[in-house]
Amino acid sequence: MTNDNIILSFQDLDIRFTLRGQVLNAIRSVSLDVYRGESLAIVGESGSGKSVFTKSAMGLLDANGVIAGGHIWYGGRDLTTFTREKEWLTIRGKEIAMVMQDPMTSLNPLKTVGDQILEAVLLHQDLRGEAAKKAAVQALAAVGIDDPERRYKQYPHEFSGGMRQRVVIAAAVACRPKILICDEPTTALDVTIQAQILDLIKALQKKLDLTTIYITHDLGVVANVADRIAVMYAGDIVEVGRCEEVFYDPKHPYTWALLSSLPQLGVKGQDLYSIQGTPPNLFHEVLGDAFAPRNPQALNIDFVERPPFFEVSPTHKARTWLLDPRAPKVEPPEHIRHLRQKGGYPHG
Amino acid sequence: MAEREKLLEVKDLKVTFGSKRHPFTAVDGVSFDIYRGETFGLVGESGSGKTTIGRAIIRVNPVAGGTVTYNGQVISGKVSRAVDRQVIEQIQMIFQDPMASLNERAKVDYIVSEGLYNLHSHLSESERQEKVSRALSAVGLLPEFASRFPHEFSGGQRQRIGIARSLIMDPQFIIADEPISALDVSIRAQVLNLMSKLQKERGLTYLFIAHDLSVVRFISDRIGVIYRGKLMELAESEQLFAHPLHPYTKALLSAIPMPDPVGEREKKLLVYDPACHGYTEQDPPQWAEVEPGHFVWADRRELDKYRKALGQ
Ligand SMILES: Nc1ncnc2c1ncn2[C@@H]1O[C@H](COP(=O)(O)OP(=O)(O)OP(=O)(O)O)[C@@H](O)[C@H]1O
Ligand SMILES: Nc1ncnc2c1ncn2[C@@H]1O[C@H](COP(=O)(O)OP(=O)(O)OP(=O)(O)O)[C@@H](O)[C@H]1O
Ligand SMILES: [Mg+2]
Ligand SMILES: [Mg+2]
Repeated sequence: MTNDNIILSFQDLDIRFTLRGQVLNAIRSVSLDVYRGESLAIVGESGSGKSVFTKSAMGLLDANGVIAGGHIWYGGRDLTTFTREKEWLTIRGKEIAMVMQDPMTSLNPLKTVGDQILEAVLLHQDLRGEAAKKAAVQALAAVGIDDPERRYKQYPHEFSGGMRQRVVIAAAVACRPKILICDEPTTALDVTIQAQILDLIKALQKKLDLTTIYITHDLGVVANVADRIAVMYAGDIVEVGRCEEVFYDPKHPYTWALLSSLPQLGVKGQDLYSIQGTPPNLFHEVLGDAFAPRNPQALNIDFVERPPFFEVSPTHKARTWLLDPRAPKVEPPEHIRHLRQKGGYPHG
Repeated sequence: MAEREKLLEVKDLKVTFGSKRHPFTAVDGVSFDIYRGETFGLVGESGSGKTTIGRAIIRVNPVAGGTVTYNGQVISGKVSRAVDRQVIEQIQMIFQDPMASLNERAKVDYIVSEGLYNLHSHLSESERQEKVSRALSAVGLLPEFASRFPHEFSGGQRQRIGIARSLIMDPQFIIADEPISALDVSIRAQVLNLMSKLQKERGLTYLFIAHDLSVVRFISDRIGVIYRGKLMELAESEQLFAHPLHPYTKALLSAIPMPDPVGEREKKLLVYDPACHGYTEQDPPQWAEVEPGHFVWADRRELDKYRKALGQ
């Protein structure tokens, strides 16, 4: 890559899974640049490919998955050309670390929590012996675990869900990576700890010059942490822009639907807005705009041709035919037009 | 809201872990009632004991003190076989960690019907399959998914398998432990709507454990706030949001994430310091009703202050 500001670049990435002879197109020709030092949030429906997309940059696709096309550029190298585990080990953990969606699966149940963090410290920080152990205890304290000395000697099952998640974050950060991918980093956490963890990640980001990629369903979290937002639907990025642009001036009908479903906008006793229908079956080829069948205002062309990215501003673009100059004027739903006022609760 | 029937009564519940010599008290003196047909929300920080309470109700965690009464019958401690079976049949728990709670080697079909097998129900194979299909459709999954394995699903899809698995038992009371935190907002809305619908249709009662207060507010009739194993406050949802009394509740409300970037940046976090109360031996804190249906953990001095604040 020539552009110095881009730390990680996905180009026309295609990812497929083979499942009992059938092929599932999990990521469909997706391009995305990640800027050095930024905090990028990837949001989108469950199954839209957020985890798969980011895991591909760490060589963590399941055995039945392949990168079928495109490139992933990092540090002048195309990660998609990696064939051996040894090559991935130069990236994974060291350069790009990931806090997984499921804390239990990334912790070894047979090892104490302390030893698992110590491992990361020994491998990635220049510390040995007592100093390394001290750093590991501090890492636990830094993610808000009380009594870290005692907790250090405990096993994952003795921790609550949220505490396990914090351990995973502590272990990932102890590797001193350049990019930290947080896959649903705070879903298991209560709001106070969540706010603290987000502050913690933000502080670490500054201190260690981290680039962070958040994958989350929680648009409140996104509003808090993201410089930029990428919205994924059915294996494609349909909108990308600065945080304010996506919240206050969303363009893609899927983004509208996503914002409409927020429980904050719900009225007690009434159904929450929910998107009709189901996401497309990715075992079949997707024609046109993948969201069209669920979009009551879809245009004819939406069912036929994949929309290109239309630029809204130099930092904001969306893949929807609605932005074509020839398209009829369709306004976003009324109730999401005032998120600026509606979002907050009166406190206290 | 006259004549409400108590479905579940939790009284002075205490749960400890660790050895007899070094016990760790995870839940301490917790009391609350859940009325038939309502949704009771339980919120509190990570590690405060929410899951432990749920697991104590379904008899997975033994209780060290206090009682749990369901439908007028004590279900905690030593109980008869019949009562144990009643608990298994009527109370279902949807678990927090969708990955860890699903048996990775079993197909969805088996996972969803496991409870039926455990109960040795007398269903024919086709009736069972029919039930599985219905449960999967109810949570928005295709019946064909029955022949797939859990690892072939996304996190959100796995959580829905967990919900289907409890629905198939036709329970009366569901303990939903962070049932939707792994789901994206759109499916979250579907699942919440689904839970409300099932509640209306089947008269279900929920204990809804979650950290997302905007969701808890939306779905719950009443909310209990727990901190380090003790209930701090309990009130009707809107009352709790409008007039939070305990400083921990206030801290919790101040931290709610808002889908508004500017608002988020301007947000003022309140931090709770448990030492701020200055409790004394002469005036120890207790669980008291400050106004009808509104309980708080406070000493007499604080109670006076809270009553004043409520304008009584
Ligand atoms: N090993 C696999 N084999 C087959 N399909 C897979 C595999 N892993 C993922 N998929 C499929 O790829 C798609 C994308 O999955 P992914 O886990 O990236 O979703 P996600 O956006 O992270 O969802 P969630 O928010 O629920 O975690 C889904 O349709 C999923 O079923
Ligand atoms: N099996 C166990 N052995 C020892 N300690 C345990 C066990 N299960 C839970 N604990 C402890 O009990 C306390 C309460 O845990 P619990 O899982 O109920 O918390 P929680 O409120 O559900 O938290 P979260 O929101 O993070 O899920 C924690 O301190 C935890 O470490
Ligand atoms: Mg995922
Ligand atoms: Mg829990």
